[in-house]
Amino acid sequence: MISFEMPESIHKTRVLMETVAENMMRPMARYFDENEHEIPWDYINFMHQAMAQMGGSAITTQEDEKKERKGPRLGFQNLTFLVEMLSWGDTGIYLCTPGGGLGAAAVQAAGTAEHKKRFLARHQGEKPTFDAMALTESHAGSGMPAEVRTTAVRDGDEWILNGEKIFVTAGNKALVDSDGFVVIWATIDPSAGRAGVRPVVVEAGTPGCTVTKMEHKLGIRASDTVSILLQDCRVPFENLMGDPEVKEKKTEGAKGVHLTFDATRPIVAASAMGVARAALETIKQMLEEQGIEIRYGLPRSRLTNIEREIIDMETKLQATWLLTIKSMWMADERKENTIEASMCKFLAGDVVVDITQRAVELMGPLGYTRDYLLEKWFRDAKINDLYEGTGQINRLIVARRILDYSRHELS
Amino acid sequence: MYSFEPTEEQRMLMEAIERYAKNDLREAAHDADETGELPGDLIEKGWEMGVLQASIPEEYGGFGERSAVTGVLAAETMGWGDLAGALAAMLPATYAMPILLGGTEKQKTELIPPVIEAEWKPFTTAFIEPVYDFYPGEMGTTAEKKGDGYELNGEKAYVIFADKAPSILVYAALNGQTQAFIVPAGAEGFVIGEREKLMGIGGLPCYRVRLNNLQLPLEARLGGEEGFDFVPVLASAQVAIAALAVGVSRAALDYALPYAKEREVWGVPIAQRQSIAFMLVEMAAEIEANRLLVWEAAWMLDQGKDVSKEAYLAFTGTTDMAMMVTDRAVQVLGGHGFIREHPVELWMRNGRGFSTFTGMAMV
Repeated sequence: MISFEMPESIHKTRVLMETVAENMMRPMARYFDENEHEIPWDYINFMHQAMAQMGGSAITTQEDEKKERKGPRLGFQNLTFLVEMLSWGDTGIYLCTPGGGLGAAAVQAAGTAEHKKRFLARHQGEKPTFDAMALTESHAGSGMPAEVRTTAVRDGDEWILNGEKIFVTAGNKALVDSDGFVVIWATIDPSAGRAGVRPVVVEAGTPGCTVTKMEHKLGIRASDTVSILLQDCRVPFENLMGDPEVKEKKTEGAKGVHLTFDATRPIVAASAMGVARAALETIKQMLEEQGIEIRYGLPRSRLTNIEREIIDMETKLQATWLLTIKSMWMADERKENTIEASMCKFLAGDVVVDITQRAVELMGPLGYTRDYLLEKWFRDAKINDLYEGTGQINRLIVARRILDYSRHELS
Repeated sequence: MYSFEPTEEQRMLMEAIERYAKNDLREAAHDADETGELPGDLIEKGWEMGVLQASIPEEYGGFGERSAVTGVLAAETMGWGDLAGALAAMLPATYAMPILLGGTEKQKTELIPPVIEAEWKPFTTAFIEPVYDFYPGEMGTTAEKKGDGYELNGEKAYVIFADKAPSILVYAALNGQTQAFIVPAGAEGFVIGEREKLMGIGGLPCYRVRLNNLQLPLEARLGGEEGFDFVPVLASAQVAIAALAVGVSRAALDYALPYAKEREVWGVPIAQRQSIAFMLVEMAAEIEANRLLVWEAAWMLDQGKDVSKEAYLAFTGTTDMAMMVTDRAVQVLGGHGFIREHPVELWMRNGRGFSTFTGMAMV
């Protein structure tokens, strides 16, 4: 039955995260924007303890498929609301949340039960740990995973990794600041294209794996984005997830990438929605302080321009947010959600950039000044239209699906 | 819990309506628009789908309970078939639903069964007014209490089947509040004017109506002396139009997409060009997202929540979306989209109307 009733457990998550966002993230947001590469340890330590108390890592959706469940699965939906609220607090700081980022998502999607146990257990340890995923290389971003050049060569019971990855979110925290891990996408057979690409886990402290650069960015400055150099980096044979051989030169090998993205794209959408809501709520409040009330229900011919803009923004925000929830409901229901995941991702990227830039415009000198967070949200917003597939790549993914075209027919 | 899955019952009803939309509504759409007339048996067949009947409780002649969610699912599917036909088949709901929601017990018992327990009859509504900034919250038509009754004055537009309606629900401002009044056919002072000449929905006969010192008894007021709460009724009307807009948009996408795969330029289907493919993707995504605004507002209506804002946002989002999608469908067909042999130009004409159509349908 069609229903929009928020489950009690999600409601509780939201209330809790709202407290964190309001009291811990917002007051620190400006500081960590202006002091790039400083680490918000207070937030990190707090979240680590809070999640331990909640029984595990809130930021992943670890669920044992065989375990008996009471009621429907809510893991992905819960995560959606959590990420939306934390991003409403501050996206950069949210990206510093310990215990399960994109690396964990890749292990969840591509790893065996043994992999999950070996690599994810650390997140429940005494100290906060981080993980990251390294896919992009300097010569190719959207072309991944087909254009992976980083190699994994087998040597007895080890793999030797060579190559360089860029734009690794939280890579420094995963490898340098904590005892975490990075999932490196590498090819075991460069002649096989996509079919040769595998996710390989590299743990912190592994010789031959070094962070070589920390980027300076437009926004989300609290979050580190790094380059990782792999020079004859040896990892145990079992650290490679998936088939260690290329049997057929089909595209199966890189499947984990897509499974990962079907889950992580709506999370990016949720994050975008949080920033958009923050900006919209703030300008509504600023307008209210000026005595401007938004009159809903009027025909456009009777609305002021500001009213029309606000109503338009609210409509777009809510429609995209509902599609984000739907795509994660599908993930929880184990329905294929590739189309919805990419749709909500590119819509959210558009909407958050649109809302935050209009918020800056509508507030004039008050929007452009660093006295308020509006200009920061505008800078933070843009990343949502870029990472986890640009808006254009996500359109292409949907296009192939709805038109029933292969990558050769539509590229 | 969130859920985006219709019930088994709703799914079966939608399958039946889909067949009707495809085999009957869609088939009749072009000629009805050209000739200005919908086939009578088409409307009757749509009425027999029983969407309204299933929304009315047994004591008033129906066989179910009101579900706005079922209503919007049905409206989308009917709208996919043809907007003019859908509005005609759904017309009695604009009369019966406000009575169900706001009528006195006596009004419900007396007025609803004649609508429900028979073949389709054009019980209709006079809602829209011929002014550029028409706002349902401030009707220009006035009702004044005079002696033992009310006197109505004003002008109404887009009154569907006004010439054949057995009874009409007329909205008017009473002391500044929008209220509704039941007006029997042939009442003195209820003057039916010319048939409207509209850009779209050509098959649907709509009339201008003048109310000249129309005298009504006290019991003609919906909800009796207390009147009724217009807010949920308006929300229902907005949500219905929003759902129809989703249906028309989906029709346009469903037509443009396979066309783009067939049509070749320089030996390659145009759908293999990103400029066309991305247009189609954006149409599809807007439909998916905005449909959920409609579902959410309908679900809130069923929960008895205050839905005035959500219904307005759903209306705003879907009417913009319908214009974007139907315009692009014409664009995808290029010059052929401009030719009336293809349905996309009709959908574009209909698509432009949604922002004006509030009051012409209810769920």
